[in-house]
Amino acid sequence: MNWIAIWVTFKLAASTALVLMIVGLPIAYWVSFSRRRWKFLVESVVALPLVLPPTVLGFYILVAIGPHSPLGRFYNELVGHPLPFTFEGLLLASILYSLPFAVQPFAAAFEQVDRRLIEASWTLGVSKLGTFFKLIVPLSKAGLLTGAVLSFAHTMGEFGVVLMVGGNLEGETRTVSIDIYDEVQALNYAGAAKTALFLLVVSYAILLLVYAVNRNVWAAWPQK
Amino acid sequence: MAAEIDIQLVKTFPGRAPIKARIRYPVEASTVLILFGPSGSGKTTILRSVAGLEWPEEGTIQFVSRTWLDTASGVRVAPQDRHIGYMAQDYALFPTYTVAGNIGYGLHHLSAQDRKKRVDEMVELFQLRGLETAKPRELSGGQQQRVALARAVAPRPLLLLLDEPLSALDAPTRVHLRDELRSLLKQLALPSIIVTHDWTEALTFGDVMAVISAGNVLQVGPPIEVFSRPHNADVARVVGIETVVKGRVVGSSDGMLQVSVNGTRLTAVEGESAGPDVFVCIRSEDVVLERERATASSARNHLAGTVVSATVLGALAQVTIDCGFPLVAMVTRSTVEEFGLSSGVPVVAAIKAGSVHLVSRQGE
Repeated sequence: MNWIAIWVTFKLAASTALVLMIVGLPIAYWVSFSRRRWKFLVESVVALPLVLPPTVLGFYILVAIGPHSPLGRFYNELVGHPLPFTFEGLLLASILYSLPFAVQPFAAAFEQVDRRLIEASWTLGVSKLGTFFKLIVPLSKAGLLTGAVLSFAHTMGEFGVVLMVGGNLEGETRTVSIDIYDEVQALNYAGAAKTALFLLVVSYAILLLVYAVNRNVWAAWPQK
Repeated sequence: MAAEIDIQLVKTFPGRAPIKARIRYPVEASTVLILFGPSGSGKTTILRSVAGLEWPEEGTIQFVSRTWLDTASGVRVAPQDRHIGYMAQDYALFPTYTVAGNIGYGLHHLSAQDRKKRVDEMVELFQLRGLETAKPRELSGGQQQRVALARAVAPRPLLLLLDEPLSALDAPTRVHLRDELRSLLKQLALPSIIVTHDWTEALTFGDVMAVISAGNVLQVGPPIEVFSRPHNADVARVVGIETVVKGRVVGSSDGMLQVSVNGTRLTAVEGESAGPDVFVCIRSEDVVLERERATASSARNHLAGTVVSATVLGALAQVTIDCGFPLVAMVTRSTVEEFGLSSGVPVVAAIKAGSVHLVSRQGE
C-alpha cells in the first residue's frame, strides 16, 4: 500500500475540514439567519459543487489560480512558485469542492435553534457573536460534527478535482484515489484492491460515526 | 420632567390590522403596566418592540431619560443595550445550561466571584435551592417560571417585560404562582410591563392597565377604573367584567366567604384567594334583578338598591344600581320596560355566590 499517498490524503482531508470549520460557520450563519431576498443566490452558489462535474470545477479553479490570472500572479510573487500542482493549490480546490458538505449541515443545525432562545440571550445583554458561541454552537454540536466529518470524508474520496488541479506528484498531490487509478492503469489489481479496501473501510467507519452520533440533525434521507 | 414611559408605534403586517399604539404613563420604582387584550390584538408585538425584538416601521419608545427607538432620527437601540429583563411566554430557558448557568448567563460583565454571589442571591430569592445543577427539562412548570424570572432580573435590569408569565402553567399552579409573582414584583421594586389576557392577573399585578384591541390602545388607566368605568362599549367588551370594587373578607363558614363592600355584605364561594383585601368582581350577565326580595331563591346574595341609570343597547340594557357600591346588571330591554327601570326606582339585585369572584389585592 502507498502510505505516502494515504498520508497526503489524510493531511488534505484534515486541513480541508479544519478550514471549512472556520470559513463555513459564518457562511452557514448568514444563510440561516439572513432575511435578505437574494439569499437564494448565495445558497445556490454554495450548493453548486454538489451538481457540477469535478472536472468542470477543477478546470475553473485551475484557470483562476494559474499564472495568467491576477490571483495566480499575486500568489507567485508572494510565495515564489505558482499555485497549481502544489498541495496548497489542491487544498484551495478541496475547500471549494467540499463547501456544501460543511455549510449545509451547519446551516440546518442553526435553523433548528429556537429563535426565542437567541432573543432571550440578546435581551440578557449578550452580543450576537457572544450568543453564537455561548448558545448557538453548543446547541448545534451534532450538526457541526456532521459537517466537519462529511467534508473530511468527501475530500478523502475526491478524484476529478485532484487530477485537474493537483496533478499527480508523489508526496505532494498524489492522493489515494489517484494512486488506485495509477495501479489499475499499471494492471496491478492486487495493489489497487488493497488501497480501495482501505478507503472503503475508512469511509464507512466515518459515516458510522456520523450517523451514530446524531440521528436527527442531518441525514442523507429525510427523517420520518 | 416626571419619569415616564412613552410608547408610540406603528407596525403593519400583511393581511392583518396594523398596530397603532400610543401608551404614555408615569413610572415609579415598582409600577406595573398591564397590556391587556385578546390574543392577536397586538399586545405581544408592543412588548417585543419595547424589548427591541421587533422593529416598528414608525414610532418612538422612551423610557425615563433614555430613547430606545426614534425612527424619525434613526435611533435604534439594540436589545443588548436596553438593560431590560425579558421573559417569553414559554420561558425560553437554555437547555444546555443548568439552573445556575441560566441565571448567570447575563452576568458576563461581573467578575466570577460577584457572578457566583449574584446567582446565589437569586437562587435564594426564587426558592431554587437544591436545583442549581439541574437542567431545565428536569424542572416543573412552576420551577421553570422561577428560573426564567430569576435569569431576567439577575442583571438588575431597568425594566422587566413579562409576556403572559403564567399562561404556560396548569390552573392550580397558576393561581398559586400569581400571588407569589405579585409579592416578588413588589419586593424587586422594578418597573415592569406584563402582557396578559386574564383579568384576574390584570387586577392582581397592575398599577396601570392599557386595553388593546385590534392593534389599538383603547384605554389606559388604573385597572379598577378601566374595569368599572370603561370609556366605551369596545373596552367593556374586551375586559368583559363590569363591576370591580374593593372589599374585605370579614368571615368564612361552610366554604363560603363573607365579604364587606362599603358596609354591604356579600357571600362568595371560598376559592383561590387568601388575603383579607380583595377585589370583588361581578359580570353584569350574572346579576338578576327582582322587583322585591324573592321569598325563595337559590341566589345567596340579595342586595336592595336604587337604579342610578339604565342604558338600552339594542335588545339588552345595562342598568347601574347603587346598593352601597355601584353594581352593573345586564337585562333585556323588555325587563326595563316591565319594571319601569329608571333613575331612583328601588330594586333588588340577586347574585349567586359562585358569580362573586374575589381577586386578592395588596393591603393598603
